[in-house]
Amino acid sequence: MAISAVSDTTLREAPPPRRHRLLEDERWLAFVLLVPTIVLLGMFIAYPFMRGILLSVTSSRVGMPGDFVGLANFYKIFNDGIFRTSVYNTFLYTGVTTVFKLGLGLWLAMLLNRNFRGKALARAFILLPFIIPTVLSTFAWKWMFDPTFSVLNWLLYHLGLITGRINWLGDPDLAMISIIIVNIWRGVPFFAISLLAGLQTISPELNEAAAIDGAKPWQRFWHITWPLLLPVTMVVMLFSVIQTFADFQIVYVMTGGGPANATHLFATYAYQIGIGTGLLSEGAAISLAMFPVLFLVVIVQLLYIRRVEVR
Amino acid sequence: MGQVVLKGINKFFDGVHAVKDVNLQIRDKEFMVFVGPSGCGKTTTLRMIAGLETISSGDISIDGNVVNELAPMDRDIAMVFQNYALYPHMTVYDNMAFGLKMRKFERSEINKRVLEAADILGIGELLTRRPRQLSGGQRQRVALGRAIVRHPRVFLFDEPLSNLDAKLRVQMRVELKKLHLRLGTTAIYVTHDQVEAMTLGDRVVVMKDGVVQQVGEPLELYNHPSNKFVAGFIGSPAMNFAAVTVTEANGSLIAENSGLRIKLPDETAQRLRGRIGREVMLGVRPEDLTVAGGADLGHPCFDAVIEVVEQLGSEILLDMKVGESIMVASVEPTAGVSVGDKLRVAMRPSRLHVFDPQTEAAI
Ligand SMILES: Nc1ncnc2c1ncn2[C@@H]1O[C@H](COP(=O)(O)OP(=O)(O)OP(=O)(O)O)[C@@H](O)[C@H]1O
Ligand SMILES: [Mg+2]
Repeated sequence: MAISAVSDTTLREAPPPRRHRLLEDERWLAFVLLVPTIVLLGMFIAYPFMRGILLSVTSSRVGMPGDFVGLANFYKIFNDGIFRTSVYNTFLYTGVTTVFKLGLGLWLAMLLNRNFRGKALARAFILLPFIIPTVLSTFAWKWMFDPTFSVLNWLLYHLGLITGRINWLGDPDLAMISIIIVNIWRGVPFFAISLLAGLQTISPELNEAAAIDGAKPWQRFWHITWPLLLPVTMVVMLFSVIQTFADFQIVYVMTGGGPANATHLFATYAYQIGIGTGLLSEGAAISLAMFPVLFLVVIVQLLYIRRVEVR
Repeated sequence: MGQVVLKGINKFFDGVHAVKDVNLQIRDKEFMVFVGPSGCGKTTTLRMIAGLETISSGDISIDGNVVNELAPMDRDIAMVFQNYALYPHMTVYDNMAFGLKMRKFERSEINKRVLEAADILGIGELLTRRPRQLSGGQRQRVALGRAIVRHPRVFLFDEPLSNLDAKLRVQMRVELKKLHLRLGTTAIYVTHDQVEAMTLGDRVVVMKDGVVQQVGEPLELYNHPSNKFVAGFIGSPAMNFAAVTVTEANGSLIAENSGLRIKLPDETAQRLRGRIGREVMLGVRPEDLTVAGGADLGHPCFDAVIEVVEQLGSEILLDMKVGESIMVASVEPTAGVSVGDKLRVAMRPSRLHVFDPQTEAAI
């Protein structure tokens, strides 16, 4: 050791300038390389997040700084019927859509994983709902659910399934179903394509070996494909749950939270109170109420993913 | 029981005729090896027997029943894949037990069979590990174990040893042979390694471009190859070939080309009577060439110049220039030869092969 250290220094002709030596030190270099990320994350995530927390404990409105009021805003929203509805809606919306997106996405992924003519085209086609800007496609859906011009009503009427018009977005339950359908439509491609990528990493030989071992198709799925796909599934679910939980665009465009505030989610209600009504602090409190739930979801899923990947 | 019969089997992959009219009878308890160069259709044939690939035309039957339409699970076969195909999320025990669980065996019976197989294969210590925690050789054993716990009628192997290093391969080869003797189950084994084929097979099928070239016991293929391809494929180093013209002089037949002129032994001459004045392909194995000495009096001889000497310890390979062509001889390690030497080389007369230059069939 000592010898090599000596020869090391003697080999070097002149000591490099101090600035360079600092960069040679890995700890310093790591710090320097991290700085841009830290600055960006700090400016656009940590700072707004802290401001949100500060805002939520004041009585600020638009144009009025307000005073410190403690947890009064939180107390207020927890006694607010619309807030409770939007909490319920958000869980329902996230739960139902995630189940359907996973089911349909997996089914599509397995279909696309087969060999057939026009495979590449079909795969590209599947992605369309994902590529079209959400606001645009949601407007199209809004027209399809429109009470007067609804193509759905027209279709159902001509198929003889209904006799009168269905007011899709005018009825609280139907409106909820409508936005759920749009969210599923919009989210399935992401599931399908991600799960397809996962499926392609599973060697077909495993399924062949299982087939020879006597496993029927659904047993092969349950004992081989599903467990091997689980890590990918969990990551995809994680992303999807977070996004859906904080979803805004679809509800905002389709129903604006209506009819009679029946379809609000966290994000749309926070927007309506904070920006629409100008009660900034209360809006911030609503947004923040989302945080513990999301945090828990992330922790649980990350732990689970780690467990699955370790084995 | 485990008799497999292939009758007029063909396989087309959109446009590619991968397997051409294969007819084979694999006997019960037989160790049958398919051997041939890459892409000759060995794997495809095996997969058709397994039921993993559809049959374009022809019939495959196991113990007299046509299985063309049977799913792999209903054929009572077990397969060992080249890349092992172990279930990565299951322990070694579960990997071996899976097939029995799917077939609804009693838990105690499963346990008994798995432990028995683990014992035979010497993997008793590994039962709780997962495949990724195993070495290549251990994985190979687990894959074998998964096949033998099922007590199938037929084992199918697709190049099971090709991912192992040379030494382990030789060791596993011996173990496979022992395992077969012990279990007595019919085995169909695919390889592109002719040494594996010769050492493992009760009989060997040599394939080329989807066509069966010859079926026979290893020594039969070695001693009596039915065509030039089999002659060149079986045996290492490969057989030497020389295009020669047959002529007659003083009642004997002579084979000659620019570099050699030999009197053909009677037995060979018999077969070439009708080809005087025509060209034939002469074949002789390196191990049937010797440095000519007193004992070779009267044997066909020719002159050669040594170009390369390869010392293998147990033998010496000589790359020799004979006229315009190169021939390889495998000679005793005691032969004192060096590069540049001019030699007189003798052929063992009874070991001469002749082939038709057009059809390449043995004459
Ligand atoms: N799924 C497939 N689609 C199209 N062609 C195929 C397919 N599988 C095999 N082939 C073709 O069929 C022929 C035989 O292939 P096969 O895999 O049986 O060869 P092999 O003898 O096992 O060769 P190797 O020693 O390289 O494994 C090859 O020409 C190959 O390209
Ligand atoms: Mg192959």
